[in-house]
Amino acid sequence: MSGVRVLLGTRKGAFILTSDGTRKNWKVDGPHFAGWEMYHLKGSPADPNRIYASQTSGWFGQLIQRSDDGGKTWTTPGGEKLPNPAEPPNPAGLSNKFAYDTSAETGAPLTTHQWYDGSQRPWEFKRVWHIEPSPTDPNTVFAGIEDAAIFKSTNGGQTWQEMSGLRGHGTGPQWQPGAGGMCLHTIIIDPANQKRMYIAISAAGAFRTDDGGNSWKPINQGLKSQYIPDPNAEVGHCVHHVAMHPSKPNTLFMQKHWDVMRSDNAGDQWHEVSGNLPTDFGFVIDVHAHEPETIYVVPIKSDSEHFPLEGKLRVYRSRTGGNEWEALTNGLPQKDCYHNVLRDAMAVDSLDKCGIYFGTTGGQVYASADAGDTWAPIVRDLPAVLSVEVQTLP
Amino acid sequence: MIRVTIPYHLRNLAKVDGEIHLEVEAPVTLRSVLDALEAKYPMLRGTIRDHDTLKRRPFLRFFACEEDLSHEPPDFQLPEEVVKGKEPLVILGAIAGG
Repeated sequence: MSGVRVLLGTRKGAFILTSDGTRKNWKVDGPHFAGWEMYHLKGSPADPNRIYASQTSGWFGQLIQRSDDGGKTWTTPGGEKLPNPAEPPNPAGLSNKFAYDTSAETGAPLTTHQWYDGSQRPWEFKRVWHIEPSPTDPNTVFAGIEDAAIFKSTNGGQTWQEMSGLRGHGTGPQWQPGAGGMCLHTIIIDPANQKRMYIAISAAGAFRTDDGGNSWKPINQGLKSQYIPDPNAEVGHCVHHVAMHPSKPNTLFMQKHWDVMRSDNAGDQWHEVSGNLPTDFGFVIDVHAHEPETIYVVPIKSDSEHFPLEGKLRVYRSRTGGNEWEALTNGLPQKDCYHNVLRDAMAVDSLDKCGIYFGTTGGQVYASADAGDTWAPIVRDLPAVLSVEVQTLP
Repeated sequence: MIRVTIPYHLRNLAKVDGEIHLEVEAPVTLRSVLDALEAKYPMLRGTIRDHDTLKRRPFLRFFACEEDLSHEPPDFQLPEEVVKGKEPLVILGAIAGG
């Protein structure tokens, strides 16, 4: 029978939950890296036992962890204790080095970005928000960082190089941090054409490359953000998350700061599909594994009050690719619930029926084994959940 | 032999218990001890000082013989008690956060 592995990043460590295909009983393993902020863990589609994790700390900075046995054991790539320090392997101890490209050839435009007050400020590495392994090569992996940039490793995370065409494409000096920092939080690879990738930055917007990351362009036409000087600006939109179904890589769904949006031409043009949502502020958005027009969001009251409307935790599902939404409440708390659901904290499995999972800042992870019709917590009382990823195992 | 103590989380990262013992050639400075520490435990690179600038991370401090050495230059020669292994170089995390 198939199984499911849920990878949780929390404010105080990582947890790994496993279940068989019934998804009724869950084993909780952790905390891994107890006490550290685990922003994101994600497994390689090409080798499910290869998992990458972003581990951060205000004291000790950034670390990258890698497991080759499905999360049982972990190592910092290239960071092994050396019996003979005089003969270090090459490279050693560089898996947490994210140096912006300042070379004359490829990094020349990389100077400053906009600060909250409109002044310019140099880019400064803070942490890795999102890790995206290649669909086909376990040793190739991308990292989205704060201050916003995308990095790539082709040696299993031992070393990282910036794909500097993103920051260097021209609008970089206009990018400004959102309230959570200027983070590159979403990386989506078109599985049929891996030279095409989408990324999103708070609060710059969405961007696309069609040549494997050498060149990028903003894809924000149709977004309207009333809280910025030009609501229709080319960049400056606070995109919270973007999702894509692998069978329809030109169709994208976006949870913007406010507004749920949709594009059917790879981001060239967006239109709003908030429809009958009670509030269209939120962070997560995801797509059903088998129905590319079935999407899920968790509406949040407002940008001033980051919790569900009326204290009722409701997932909203649209089976029409947006506009027409139904509230999913069976098994979710319908009073006195004041948690948030952060942007990387929803994921789906690919079993039949599709499983939907999301984590809250209150430390609960809710799951539905029937595409959202019914829900139950599969773990609760964890630290605040920062990210949720799901692996469907053979 | 130079004795070094590092914070709990870094001991876990380096998979060590208690003090770390290093062989460091004279002159024994903050820089040479940290170089030796990172050479033996590459997973610690970037966690105590920046990869490129080699500046101490803001929430870490260096102490020895009850003296705060955090703001001493990298080539500051450590006290004789540290050089002789009588006292450790203490790398300490600031008390902050939640």
